[in-house]
Amino acid sequence: MSLFKHFTNGLLKENPSFVLVLGTCPALAVTTSGINGLGMGAATTFVLICSNVIISLLKNYIPDKVRIPAFIVIIATFVTIVDLVMQAYVPDLYKALGVFIPLIVVNCIILGRAEAFAQKNSVPAALIDGIGMGIGFTLAITIMGSIREILGNGSIFDIKFLSDNAKTVLIFIMPPGAFITYGYLIAIFNRIKQKYNI
Amino acid sequence: MVLSLSAVSVAMGAALGFVYVKTKEPIEKAKIQKEIDAISTVVPKFDNNPKAEQYTSEGLALYPAKVNGQIVGTAIKTTTEKGFSGHIAIMVGMLPDGTINTFTVLDQKETPGLGTKMSEPKFKDQFSKKNPSEFKLIVKKDGGDVDAITASTITSRAVCEALQKAADAYQKGGKK
Repeated sequence: MSLFKHFTNGLLKENPSFVLVLGTCPALAVTTSGINGLGMGAATTFVLICSNVIISLLKNYIPDKVRIPAFIVIIATFVTIVDLVMQAYVPDLYKALGVFIPLIVVNCIILGRAEAFAQKNSVPAALIDGIGMGIGFTLAITIMGSIREILGNGSIFDIKFLSDNAKTVLIFIMPPGAFITYGYLIAIFNRIKQKYNI
Repeated sequence: MVLSLSAVSVAMGAALGFVYVKTKEPIEKAKIQKEIDAISTVVPKFDNNPKAEQYTSEGLALYPAKVNGQIVGTAIKTTTEKGFSGHIAIMVGMLPDGTINTFTVLDQKETPGLGTKMSEPKFKDQFSKKNPSEFKLIVKKDGGDVDAITASTITSRAVCEALQKAADAYQKGGKK
């Protein structure tokens, strides 16, 4: 597979949120606004790229028996780095995302890519795969967050387009709205995929 | 096997230590800056350092704001656990005549679009220039004077409780 294929693989064919249905916990929980989705996506992408590259680099040195603990140590380190950096430089976003930043450690997308891809492929391929998957995930949850924000709060990326008294569909901001939005998005995405035979 | 796992752990530990040392100061700064920002939004303009002169009353932290040594307002950090999703922290500004100036929410987990409306002027402004000894800090539904946020009575009650705590702390020995 060419590098470009690896990149689009994460965006469309194996989109982590809509096709693999991995990492649904943050996808459902933090997508109350577009900005939260974008921030969460960026943090996950960073961890995914770094861990993919390091694991691909070390793939010949880590014995098979201890690979999972080694992967977890590597992933946890990058997550903690993101956690500290966000706390220092974007405290507001850090607060909005709360416990879901440390929980990136157990996000299936990251360990999944380490297992299924990074440890079997070259460093450039792992890097591109990390970028593709990360952007795929970011796009998915940003779209989801934006839809929920538009319908539930009457704003896009914190910019209000409705007056304060306008009635919005509040359920979309609340947990059930996350499931409804997610379900429809998966359906629409798969319909498009089928139609164009991606 | 043991060796490679240890090597990975040591290398990652070192990387982590480096980032921790690098970000320690900005994290502290961001936290302090946030409190100072909150203090300046709830009290009139001041020229001292309220954080350095902080004292406590009834278990709450009070920050006096002064101009030329004269108190122009006091910021009080108050909390409640009765929010719809638990903990809410609020910074309240009290004026020397005992009235509430305004408040700002420091920390909350309320429902976006419902409880979070407590930070909006529509709800917040009703407390402005009100003296808690005359203005009952209870929602109208419970016989008080506060207009609750639509569909967020619990959050409104919690905010009232937090404000009442601050007002009590200010009255009982908080005044200086």
